[in-house]
Amino acid sequence: MLDIFDILGPVMVGPSSSHTAGAVRIGRMARALLGCQPVEADIGLHGSFAETGKGHGTDRAIVAGLLGMEPDNLDIPRSFEIARQQGMELCIHPIQLREAHPNTAVLKVRGTNGRAMVLRAVSVGGGRIRVEEIDGTAVHFAGDYHTLVVRHKDIPGELSVLTRELSNAKVNIANMSLNRSRRGGDVLTVFEVDQKIPPVARQLIAEIPGVEGLTYYEKEDA
Amino acid sequence: MALDGMEEIIAAAEGTGRPFWQVVLDTDLEERGVTARDSLEKMRHTWQAMLESVLTYDGQRRSLSGLAGGDGALMDAYAQKGEALCGAYLQRVIATALRVGESNACMRKIVAAPTAGSCGVLPAVLVPLYQAGKASEEMVLQALYTASGIGAVISHRACIAGAAGGCQAEIGSASAMAAGALVSLRGGSPRQIGHAVAMALKNLMGLVCDPVAGLVEVPCIKRNVVGAVNAISCADMALAGIESRVPVDEVIDCMGEVGRRLPVELRETSLGGLAVTPFGKMVKEKMESES
Repeated sequence: MLDIFDILGPVMVGPSSSHTAGAVRIGRMARALLGCQPVEADIGLHGSFAETGKGHGTDRAIVAGLLGMEPDNLDIPRSFEIARQQGMELCIHPIQLREAHPNTAVLKVRGTNGRAMVLRAVSVGGGRIRVEEIDGTAVHFAGDYHTLVVRHKDIPGELSVLTRELSNAKVNIANMSLNRSRRGGDVLTVFEVDQKIPPVARQLIAEIPGVEGLTYYEKEDA
Repeated sequence: MALDGMEEIIAAAEGTGRPFWQVVLDTDLEERGVTARDSLEKMRHTWQAMLESVLTYDGQRRSLSGLAGGDGALMDAYAQKGEALCGAYLQRVIATALRVGESNACMRKIVAAPTAGSCGVLPAVLVPLYQAGKASEEMVLQALYTASGIGAVISHRACIAGAAGGCQAEIGSASAMAAGALVSLRGGSPRQIGHAVAMALKNLMGLVCDPVAGLVEVPCIKRNVVGAVNAISCADMALAGIESRVPVDEVIDCMGEVGRRLPVELRETSLGGLAVTPFGKMVKEKMESES
């Protein structure tokens, strides 16, 4: 069943739930997964995002999300100016993808911590989003839950160690998916969970042998 | 229970003697595992945002395209001259729908209800009653639960996105939610809420989504007015004892079916309708040359 506050909501800055609120959420997702404020962002807009994005403020909305704003922040229209003040370098341009949802964005971001990431995400309507690709690996999650993305080696037993740490932290897994580009390569495992994952538990997971990196998205409180 | 059908909610309300809004609230508590206090607080926050979207309107603002803005102020000024054809409530309703729709186009804060394009309908019918002291905050919050339950049913059985079902799915659904909210607020029965919803959806069935240059401006903003006015007439009919001959869930299913049959050109793609009039094409070209 749909949450009634998805019907009456979100509380958002206009004009479009898909082209504005959803776009903010894509930017926020990129920032959260990067783990810090980006210093550089290359934003590619596909389809309807490219064609009507300017009039809908899609470009400003994604940048606002990268700055950490929520969809109801009245500073969203001023995000370019704020990004400039904070030294964020921006390049926004149309892209053409094959067989992609009309509201797709590809964000290449580099953070203050030197870390870089490429994120492909879609605004599916009503302000809801779906992440489709991280650094070239196909994934599938929506940010409806607190989400932990773990990059780890493709070795037997790794998953059981990961889930044990979550279990120790009393975190319940709602959905889980393994995404591997090739056998023996890196795996991206996505955990969508019901409880917030405490920093200590995230640290313990990061220290598990075979874990190469982890990113965490905490769902916004509405 | 799930909010899968109007008949289901009406039966649950009649069976337990609870009002319609209470059934929706109880379902929310079950579904999200929150307390009544938490849920009500979130609804109050939503209502406050709706109210603010009306109060912070500025008739000087224009949208990025330059097409939207100022009409709410024109309606206000006209109403003040006392020459309007419609009565005081309806004048406020029209002005409020325009204010919120224009605020949305000008990147101000609104509540999607159920979508951003249709965000003016519910505040248009509720805020003037609240401002005139004819509805308390408690009554408004209850009406909003009724509205959200109706929206959840429509979303489940049909759709609420213009891209999926045309404007009938956005303004039509918002109008149905507003009609039910008004009946609820005026103490109508669960069954009367159902009739108001059915009538409101029927009256806007087939409305296409054809935004000029793909923007949530023309004709979206003024369609919020028609959604609100339609809601009021349907609420009054239902409260008068007038019934929809077609059962409400059948009307909702039918709206979904009509939506699926609408050509893709008339479902938010801006490839048909008003979007491809000479004016529509001119605006699109102008926007493209500027970007």
